[in-house]
Amino acid sequence: MKNTGTLAVTTPTDRGIVMTRVFDAPRRLVFDAWTKPELLKRWLGVFGGWSLAVCEIDLRVGGGYRYVWRGPDGAEMGMRGVYREIVPPERLVATESFDEPWYPGEAVDTIVLREHGGRTTATTTVLYQSREARDIALKSGMEQGVAAGYDKLAELLASQVAQGGSSSGV
Amino acid sequence: MTHSARLDTTFAALADSTRRAILAQLTFGEASVTELARPFAMSQPAISKHLGVLERAGLISRRRDAQRRLCRLRARPLAEASGWLEGYRRFWDESFQRLDALLAEMKTRRQRARPKQGGHR
Repeated sequence: MKNTGTLAVTTPTDRGIVMTRVFDAPRRLVFDAWTKPELLKRWLGVFGGWSLAVCEIDLRVGGGYRYVWRGPDGAEMGMRGVYREIVPPERLVATESFDEPWYPGEAVDTIVLREHGGRTTATTTVLYQSREARDIALKSGMEQGVAAGYDKLAELLASQVAQGGSSSGV
Repeated sequence: MTHSARLDTTFAALADSTRRAILAQLTFGEASVTELARPFAMSQPAISKHLGVLERAGLISRRRDAQRRLCRLRARPLAEASGWLEGYRRFWDESFQRLDALLAEMKTRRQRARPKQGGHR
């Protein structure tokens, strides 16, 4: 089960956020879980008292999707987008824009599924219109609520020391 | 400063590889300006400029100890900055844990629906 369940989030380009995650299932199932409303409602953003109350999908190029989440105290968050590429069970490209925009412009999501020995590596890339938009999106995510520890950044910095150590000859 | 403006300052300060390397060194403890300058091909005034940016962002504090000017890491703005990626991450991490459970269920259902094709019994 090594590497299954570990989510890697990186910002390898100015406008992008890339997430990688391994699932212990063939990609056919992962693709279904990502494109069928009754399945998406079971997992996407469903935690902390939130449910994916509305999930409508018109799975064809140029077709749209619509998600509305409902949270505690009647809070709602809606988003929609249009499918640009659909290659079952390996690739899905769609735009995303929120009803109440929290970053400028719309973003483009690309989901790529690769299968090895019955397991699927899902790589999700979110490409924003500008670096500013990407940074705002990231910051908003933070303001939604996590007081994360200092440990992770310390680890990151320490690993940079380890990497830089040999080149600087220290 | 508002929370958001404070993050801007923190990230502007972090958007430089020399400053990140300085912070990395400081995770091992307090260090003098001379010690911090050593790994870089840079003059002390240039290093002091970077230290000024880090100090204004609240990422380090500076003090004098006899002849030495010492710097140390301050944790709070870094905690906020690392939380930045963390919030985004949390949405997907929580979602994907749900997806794990759903996929396990889908696999079981599929095996039950086609017991003979598997041929594993």
